[in-house]
Amino acid sequence: MNIVVLVKYIPNPEGTPEMGPDHRLKREGVEGALDPGDEHSVEAALQLAGSDGEVTLVTMGPEAAVGALRRGLSMGGHKGVHVLDDSLKGADVLVTARVLAAVVKRQAGFDLVLAGVESTDGYTGTLPMAVAELLDLPNVTFARKVEVADGTLKVERQTEAGYDEVECPLPAVVTVTAGANEPRYPTLKGIMQAKQKPMDTLSVSDLGLSAEDVKATQEVMGLEPVAAKEAGEVIEDPEEAPGRVVEFLTKAKVI
Amino acid sequence: MDRDFGLTEDQREILAAVREFVREKAAPAAPGYEEKHELPRDLFRRLGEMGLAGIPYDERYGGAGQPFLTYLTVLEEVASGFFSLALTLSVHHLSASGLHRFGSDSLKEKYLPRLCSGEWLGAYALSEASSGSDAASLRTRADRSGDGSSYRLTGSKRFITHGGEAEYYLVMARTGGEGPSGISAFVIERGWEGFDFGKLEEKMGWHASPMRELLFEGCQVPAENLVGDEGEGFTIALAGLDSGRLGIAACSTGLAQAAFDAAVAFARERSQFGKPIIEFQGLQFMLADMATQIEAARRLYREVGRLRDAGGDYSQAASMAKLFASDTAMRVTTDAVQVHGGYGYMQEYPVERYMREAKALQIVEGTNQIQRMVIGRRLASS
Repeated sequence: MNIVVLVKYIPNPEGTPEMGPDHRLKREGVEGALDPGDEHSVEAALQLAGSDGEVTLVTMGPEAAVGALRRGLSMGGHKGVHVLDDSLKGADVLVTARVLAAVVKRQAGFDLVLAGVESTDGYTGTLPMAVAELLDLPNVTFARKVEVADGTLKVERQTEAGYDEVECPLPAVVTVTAGANEPRYPTLKGIMQAKQKPMDTLSVSDLGLSAEDVKATQEVMGLEPVAAKEAGEVIEDPEEAPGRVVEFLTKAKVI
Repeated sequence: MDRDFGLTEDQREILAAVREFVREKAAPAAPGYEEKHELPRDLFRRLGEMGLAGIPYDERYGGAGQPFLTYLTVLEEVASGFFSLALTLSVHHLSASGLHRFGSDSLKEKYLPRLCSGEWLGAYALSEASSGSDAASLRTRADRSGDGSSYRLTGSKRFITHGGEAEYYLVMARTGGEGPSGISAFVIERGWEGFDFGKLEEKMGWHASPMRELLFEGCQVPAENLVGDEGEGFTIALAGLDSGRLGIAACSTGLAQAAFDAAVAFARERSQFGKPIIEFQGLQFMLADMATQIEAARRLYREVGRLRDAGGDYSQAASMAKLFASDTAMRVTTDAVQVHGGYGYMQEYPVERYMREAKALQIVEGTNQIQRMVIGRRLASS
């Protein structure tokens, strides 16, 4: 089974990311790592691929983004594709999806595309669907369990109340939740071997995309901090409390 | 300051993975294991799965074939999050190194893959109740059978880390007359008849690193489990100790770093007289000395690790590294308690545990007086 995993290199997942003067995350010259959310899709891919399958990791981003691929390869991925092109700076979701879809199309005989639910830096949570749409593939989101039996994909799709069982034909695009698995740590051998694994670096023109294709359609005009939540009201008198709570809920039209 | 200055790209990447494992899995589990006095066997197994139980050993025996320095830096990292787990790794290595360097091919093929994978845990048995620093006076006997096919072990070993927990024991016993030349080394498996364990030792610290007495009552050991030649046991024991001393130096550095980090965090957080106590110069000077000593200990053990990797004679230097780093750990952990004031003496903060853990580092793998003797003897003889 050949699986493509879309991964992202994000700045400093542990700390507070810095914003640049263009109102975008500073991605260059800062410490970064494979998005922790993506570790779950890489793990799922490695488990599904088994010993005879192949896992291809794909990322788009600046030079440092190769770190995300390296990490996935040291976990056990087989090859990496890095789309590196200055014209992609500030790419929005649609542009990124076009680029990643173009890379996936080049992977002959792929069976499945996995991605995280959303990135830990941008949080749009829309990229995998856009990729599926561009590739004209079915898309299953929030997978807490992914299996393939007789060429059919079986997914337990996490919902608020529990989970749905979803089946769909392959190939498909699936987003994997953090609850799906516990990602493995890279092994010492994996780290050493990662450097020998094939890694392709591609530009926008290598992918057959035009300047128009990768022109961002969104512009970030400014940034505002989210307003701090107002402190809640504490009712200390036990006599008064029930009435006040009912009053509050009635006003809020909850009851 | 770049703590990992001078390390290769490979070493940095390995350390990054270890750091993550330590932060996410090992460090949070440490207080629980210490409280339960339980060996963190599952964490050790996971280190094995990551390929960290046999870092410097030949790949043909399941090792990773990486420099000894890599192993030392991993030890430091583990020690900074869960000291007893690092100790487990260090003792495991001490037990395997004698076999790796002196054992026959068949003996290595039999035991090393299981040790390198972390499936089996190793223990090293030299000390006895009446022979500590004077190790060559050990009394456990190994008598060869008439047909030469086996040895019969009788006696006991004291203060053996992993006693009762390990599957594999590198045991030094007397096959000949008195003195170092009468000593041989054997690989003995847990479960063999005539091999039993004494009660769990109650220690000042290192609670997640169980220690027991080994009891041999006519335990039959096949002759092929002799490591090296008869009479070579003391050399094997000491060679292991040279490596082991570097391991203890790395563990000491990691422990000191943990205490220092806790002290800095506390000093930033704690306010007295209207400002964080870290702004008082008296305290800054303490912290500055701690930082300097830790950095010196780190540089020293890593440089000696490089000397070992380069094939140099590192015995005296290993003693220096062990002496300096363990004394540093004692000083730094003591000062870390001081920085915490009354809180430092309480078990709700980890520094009192660090201080207890540091004390044993000045004793094991040769007391620091023995280290000075090793260094001094070289000076007298050259």
